[in-house]
Amino acid sequence: MIAEQLTEEIVEDPLEERVAIVPFSLALSRHGLNLNRNKTHTLQINVGFLCNQTCRHCHLNAGPNRMENMESGIIEEVISYAKRSRFETIDITGGAPELNPNIEMLIEKVVPLAPKVMLRSNLSALNDGKRDHLMELLKSNRVVVVASFPSLNELQADSQRGDGIFKVCIDALKKLNVLGYGHEGSGLELNLVSNPTGAFLPPSQSETEKRFRQVLDNKWGVVFNNLFNFANVPLGRFRRWLDTSGNLKNYMDKLYSSFNPCAVEDLMCRTLVSVSWDGYLYDCDFNLAIGLFMGGLKIHVSEMEGPPEYDNYIATSDHCYTCTAGVGFT
Amino acid sequence: MEAYYKRKDLLKFEEIGKDAPELAKKFFDYYGAVFAEGDLTEREKALIALAVAHAVQCPYCIDAYTNACLEKGSNLGEMTEAIHVTNAIRGGASLVHGIQMRNIAEKLSM
Repeated sequence: MIAEQLTEEIVEDPLEERVAIVPFSLALSRHGLNLNRNKTHTLQINVGFLCNQTCRHCHLNAGPNRMENMESGIIEEVISYAKRSRFETIDITGGAPELNPNIEMLIEKVVPLAPKVMLRSNLSALNDGKRDHLMELLKSNRVVVVASFPSLNELQADSQRGDGIFKVCIDALKKLNVLGYGHEGSGLELNLVSNPTGAFLPPSQSETEKRFRQVLDNKWGVVFNNLFNFANVPLGRFRRWLDTSGNLKNYMDKLYSSFNPCAVEDLMCRTLVSVSWDGYLYDCDFNLAIGLFMGGLKIHVSEMEGPPEYDNYIATSDHCYTCTAGVGFT
Repeated sequence: MEAYYKRKDLLKFEEIGKDAPELAKKFFDYYGAVFAEGDLTEREKALIALAVAHAVQCPYCIDAYTNACLEKGSNLGEMTEAIHVTNAIRGGASLVHGIQMRNIAEKLSM
């Protein structure tokens, strides 16, 4: 039983040109494409929706009032799954994963299980004065830090992430640099992720990386390894903002009209499996946000023998247009 | 009262090529080449275009290049400075002609 979510929005405003958002699965079939799994090599662990920030672009509605947090029992199940599956990469995300009380235990136990372990950080949770031990743990285990950093402009960054966050993040990046992160040859990888601070698509990734590298070094002496651009996914708090600000239709139109069939081949959902704070499996974090289970089936991590199989069906919805817009997001 | 400018007309720009199609093609090919990455980045060109859009006060261009600047990684701070550049040049162009005014006035005056 495949629970495929079909969404279709038809604009009713007679003064504007109608643009119908066809179901993503139909867009695929019109191009003669299927979205099925390749070999799954990445396990993404979402440890919960608790976060110290309430970013306006958040697809999860994460925040300080969210109580969903991965407990130790589920963590043990996830570790057991990782042991029997032999992933190449383990990617820890949230919310703010730093705020999970079991985060250090999780890191210590997954590091031996995959060549690459990543921690996604909003930087302010890492720099709240209580995480020095965690930062040392990240360093000693060579965990890749993937940090949110949307803009070089303080006002623009704070408008998305909260007042004062920009300065806290610069401070956090400096601390990570002192530990060795971001320096060539240190073996401590620090990557930045930039999301647009509004209802528009991101610029060229290579141009953004070049500019961020130059300005961060010149202005603040901050270095990093790589930068990745991601478009904002029209879910959660971001979707609500799009709706109340009158940007939803235009944004969906942009995503739909930017559909690039060539981006489908390298979509991250083809090689990634996501596990939620309560242990259920999803094709990606965005599907997790709307409770769209992996392949449309509700499966707990304790029931999975190994990675999802090659060629398995991937559940889709209209938010999938985000990852196939322009050059795509992998 | 119906507005003189309609936002949706911006999307119909290419319809200008329904007559004199060869000229339109030359224009749009040139337009695309102008805004492609060169010695100036796409972001820098979008900021210049935004400034010029305000100089000529074209609402279509202001709409298009506000979007383009944001999509090329610019921000309100940069974009506002760009408009001040517009203003400085437009104002300065008027003011510098005042030297001609002064020359004439001084010639005529005792």
